[in-house]
Amino acid sequence: MMMTIVPPIVNLKSILPELVVVITALVVLLFDLALAKDKKTPLAVLSLLGLALSLIFSIFMWRGDVSAYAFNQLIVIDRFTLFFNSLFIVATFITLLISINYLREEGINYGEYYALVLLATVGMMIMAKANDLIIVFLGLETLSISIYVLVGFLRTNVKSNESSLKYFLLGAFSSAFLLYGIALVYGATGTTKLPDIARYIESTPHLLSNPLLLTAVGFLIVGFGFKVALVPFHMWTPDVYEGAPTSITAFMSVGVKAAAFSAFLRVFLSSFSQLRADWMMILWALAVLTMTLGNVVAIIQENIKRMLAYSSIAHAGYILVAMTAGGNLATTSIIYYLMAYTLMNLGAFAVVILYGKKGEENILISDYAGAGFKYPFLSVAMAIFMFSLAGIPPLAGFIGKFYIFSAAVKQGFIWLTIIAVLNSLVAVYYYLRVTVVMYMREPVKEVGHLSFPISMIIALLITTFFTLHMGILPSSYLQLARESIAILM
Amino acid sequence: MSIVSFDILSVITFLPVLGILLIIGIGKEKHNVIKGITLLTALVNFLISLILYRDFNLTTHRFQFTTNVPWIRGYGINYHVGIDGISLFLILLTTFLTVISVIACWKDIKEKVKGFMICLLFLETGMIGVFVSLDLFLFYIFWEVMLIPMYLLIGVWGAPARRIYAAVKFFIYTMFGSLLMLVAILVIYFYNYSVTGVYTFDIEQLYQLSIPYGTQIWLFLAFALAFAIKVPMFPFHTWLPDAHTEAPTVGSVLLAAVLLKMGTYGFLRFNLPLFPEATLKFVPLISILALIGIIYGAMVCIVQKDLKRLIAFSSVSHLGFVVLGIFALNIQGLEGGILQMLNHGFSTGALFLIVGMIYERRHTRMIEEFGGLSKVMPVYATLFMIVTLSSIGLPGLNGFVGEFLILLGTFKSNMVYAVIAALGVILAAVYMLWMFQRVMFGEVTKEENRKLKDLSLREIIVLLPLIFFIFQIGVYPKPFLSRMDASVKHLIAQVELKAGRKSAEGARMVYIIDPDQVKQGE
Repeated sequence: MMMTIVPPIVNLKSILPELVVVITALVVLLFDLALAKDKKTPLAVLSLLGLALSLIFSIFMWRGDVSAYAFNQLIVIDRFTLFFNSLFIVATFITLLISINYLREEGINYGEYYALVLLATVGMMIMAKANDLIIVFLGLETLSISIYVLVGFLRTNVKSNESSLKYFLLGAFSSAFLLYGIALVYGATGTTKLPDIARYIESTPHLLSNPLLLTAVGFLIVGFGFKVALVPFHMWTPDVYEGAPTSITAFMSVGVKAAAFSAFLRVFLSSFSQLRADWMMILWALAVLTMTLGNVVAIIQENIKRMLAYSSIAHAGYILVAMTAGGNLATTSIIYYLMAYTLMNLGAFAVVILYGKKGEENILISDYAGAGFKYPFLSVAMAIFMFSLAGIPPLAGFIGKFYIFSAAVKQGFIWLTIIAVLNSLVAVYYYLRVTVVMYMREPVKEVGHLSFPISMIIALLITTFFTLHMGILPSSYLQLARESIAILM
Repeated sequence: MSIVSFDILSVITFLPVLGILLIIGIGKEKHNVIKGITLLTALVNFLISLILYRDFNLTTHRFQFTTNVPWIRGYGINYHVGIDGISLFLILLTTFLTVISVIACWKDIKEKVKGFMICLLFLETGMIGVFVSLDLFLFYIFWEVMLIPMYLLIGVWGAPARRIYAAVKFFIYTMFGSLLMLVAILVIYFYNYSVTGVYTFDIEQLYQLSIPYGTQIWLFLAFALAFAIKVPMFPFHTWLPDAHTEAPTVGSVLLAAVLLKMGTYGFLRFNLPLFPEATLKFVPLISILALIGIIYGAMVCIVQKDLKRLIAFSSVSHLGFVVLGIFALNIQGLEGGILQMLNHGFSTGALFLIVGMIYERRHTRMIEEFGGLSKVMPVYATLFMIVTLSSIGLPGLNGFVGEFLILLGTFKSNMVYAVIAALGVILAAVYMLWMFQRVMFGEVTKEENRKLKDLSLREIIVLLPLIFFIFQIGVYPKPFLSRMDASVKHLIAQVELKAGRKSAEGARMVYIIDPDQVKQGE
């Protein structure tokens, strides 16, 4: 009966933000043909406009009283999805800003880059909107396939090719795990719809100890764990992050991670919340492993991209601490943390791109020696991002960690919190090292003249502003986080 | 108090930030303009902070000049600032020494002046913020923020050889303690919620809480670790000699005079009133560590070859006295401890300045490189002598009053501790006078020392205010002690009442105090 009442046009409206991005991607591809080689910057502007339009639609949908299913309940529109949509759009927006000049310098200024980034964004948005495990998988694959290509975008660079192949092979492997998990869930519960799974488990108590379902949960953890780079499923991360074009590394470290978490959160906190006792201990252990390995190995990295890669593993670990703890505050803190992490990490990568120059000339941490007083504003921005990532107040990263730790303490996970704070101490060491090198070491080599293109300056201003603002006046962001998870609770 | 209609504490806290914003706008080559603005900011801030002294109401233990506005809604985090008799002088000390520091580094700092001055002002904001915060969250923010400028001061402008090592060690050590404190803060926060149903970090409200004994022990330890590292107490003191030795002169001055006091201040503000039962339980442990610090610090001083390292280790010994006084838990001990915090600020601050002055001239701090300086630099020798005697605790100078009160208080609570601590006073005389003798008296053995210039007018101006206070506190400490009285008495009452040791005096005092709090609550 529902089917007859709801006309298709309403359905299209429900995916308006995604549609805008898809159409932008297609227009970019078409328009690409009309532009001369190496003059592709208008495509970036076009993509940015499309993203802005999509963001506006998302905000409008947020304003309305939203909580609806569409496409025969395959997708769900609520504030949780709209929040993530907006986060992905912002992340993509900044990624494109920091890409423009980078692509030109590296000689890979092709139209396909923009189209693929936009399509990856669509994949993320679908993942967040999924109300059905199949749609989660669909979004994940849309996302992943675009990223496989983007990672190898530096065609003539061996490292880039290697990392693309590596990511593709391991990614395919992990997708298989996820798909197998989905199949087992279907086998155990007879449905792939997220709310139905929850209801089925609730009404069938004996399922709680059903090995089929437990195996399924394990497989899903492996599948998601791969995408968010949890230890021990993180092996691909450093190599892929190092080999990929830096702008794509930035995009992966925030966008892909956030997208995987959006699905991870929804599946585990709504569908499998009854099984909490079972998966909680696994996540506890994964959180400890992920934080510790990420942080400890980051210490010895010389290449700043690798350092940020390992540190991004550690950040996933902090988020996992909150997932382990569970509860309202924990989910709010995850949302806040993802926001903060997205902005500060993109900011850090913006500096890495700007400072790295053509062909990643200055990619070692030691290359930053003497930058502090030579490029005062760039270095202050980098110092802010580093201190924020390290969790030093009054910056966004501190508030994020603070709420994650409070959530864990609130639920009584004191030991997990202590392990987490000791880990952030380790993190302080390697983030501090960047500032040590920038401000306290004498330059070891001639860095040469840096150019500051306008797109880069805008990206740095946005990220610096929010890193500070989210840290000093976090009330409104926390409110936003609370509203966006209201539906899950 | 009524004359001040503006929020004076916030002005004092954030005025340096205004100075920073001005400095950012100035070209980095204009050294004198930058220094001028810094000096002006520091001076104006000091003058404003004198209003606190004038308008301070010494009849009440309650927090004064308070401001309380919501900051992060829904989580009970407020911007709540205020001072009492314990924090008043620490704030004055901070604003005062910042002015002295700016004048002191006028000639020393020749490179990266802009960055240096920005760090100095940033540090001032952080330090004052720690002392005025009445909200645990706010306190933690300032506590951490203040690390960054000090870390940069040591790491960028420190002695070339080991500055980076010292800076990173300083940062990591302090972070280690404070992160565990953060966990403890969260535990209190949620415990308070489970009891009262209110989310708050406000320490005035948390003071009302009685935490179960078992939990108190852990919380006490977590807080105490953070503060013990900061003080630093034996065996957490190893960052201090490095940081002090490698830091530029004014870095050492502010580190010794103000930053170390944050640890002892933390004990007074948080450990004692929040965890009274645990405090009583840990009196022996903390006192013995303090005693080890006193004796060990002094013994290590005797064998030091480097002047700056010697003074650094003497801080371990002096701060041991402060902690001992605080944990005597009686009025003499506490007031002596707080006074000694100031004394140490003046004396050790002055000592670091004095060593800095000779280092500027000779570019060495080794004691063996000097000798007979009193003949070459008579003014320098005189001022150095006064400060040395103040550090030893000669009657008539400030150190004596503080140490005497501490020993008196300790004697009342535990005679053995007092006897051992008195030994530290003797050792202090040994290492300070021996050092002074080797540097100042005898024949001039090194040729380079013959041509040394005596102090310039600027250097005398830097030292004279400190020496004024050395005499002032030594001869007439009443203006200082009288302002602490009410707060210290209340603190003791808080500990005793909550720890269930209702002595007749304590109980009476609390009875008088409680109706006030009810009124205030309304």
